[in-house]
Amino acid sequence: MPAVKRIEAGTLSSTSLDPQNWVNKYADYLFKYAFLRIRDQDLAKDLVQETFLAGLKGLAGFSGRSTERTWLTAILKYKIIDYYRKESSGLANTKAIVKVEEIQDSYFESDNGHWKSEHVPKPFKVVQDPLHDKEFNRILQACMTKLPALWSSVFTMKHIDEEKTEVILAQLRLSSANFWVIIHRTKLSLRDCLQKKWL
Amino acid sequence: MSTQNKMPYNCREATFLIEKQIISSISIKQQHKLKSHLEACFVCEIFQQQSLLINEMFKNHFFTKDADLPELDKNFKQTLEKRIEYELNRK
Repeated sequence: MPAVKRIEAGTLSSTSLDPQNWVNKYADYLFKYAFLRIRDQDLAKDLVQETFLAGLKGLAGFSGRSTERTWLTAILKYKIIDYYRKESSGLANTKAIVKVEEIQDSYFESDNGHWKSEHVPKPFKVVQDPLHDKEFNRILQACMTKLPALWSSVFTMKHIDEEKTEVILAQLRLSSANFWVIIHRTKLSLRDCLQKKWL
Repeated sequence: MSTQNKMPYNCREATFLIEKQIISSISIKQQHKLKSHLEACFVCEIFQQQSLLINEMFKNHFFTKDADLPELDKNFKQTLEKRIEYELNRK
């Protein structure tokens, strides 16, 4: 039987869950986690709050098999996916996709599929260590915000969360063909944006 | 480029396969054709390098301490602490 956590007279008789200290211990981490995935501060705050409240309701369901932080992160992750789903099904997103696709069709020559001269990839500005270059990171984040919600969701789940492709397909209800088109187009957009802004 | 017509794949197809290969796998035939394309097309070679760099950025850098991320304000934290306290006492 899993260790059932009980709350008696307002105190928690649990060795592993400690809600009074959640904000102090995990709010910053969870906020950062959410912000990196949805890029909206107010929404990230809302999700952190919702995560803690859902955690309080689910105290009894905590089996103690994971750490408190892992458990709370899992709740937050579920809420983020829920948000992705809502975002990617809206009309606004459909319009955003059409717009980006129109721009992207201009990357390649329509007759032979080769790069158009104005979009040809050129080497990026040389810095010693781009992986730790603040400016490069800032621009990349700014470029992410220009993507349609569905594209950034797919990209984030794949490259930040390193989720398996099957998991992404199931959670976002995508076909495999659609997934690869999104991965390709997202990268074309991001790379082009970096080339234009990182001068 | 006069060699373009003899290259396997055009650049749209080649960049698609580059992305697919990074994440998953492509057939051996596709691998050979893509390799020939990249040998002849330095521009797609640049694309591939930059694509890998972008992926690395996402994997590593976004979680380091020097990433420029917003922070939670004290007010929000205090309000949230009170809310949790309230919820705990309510039970």
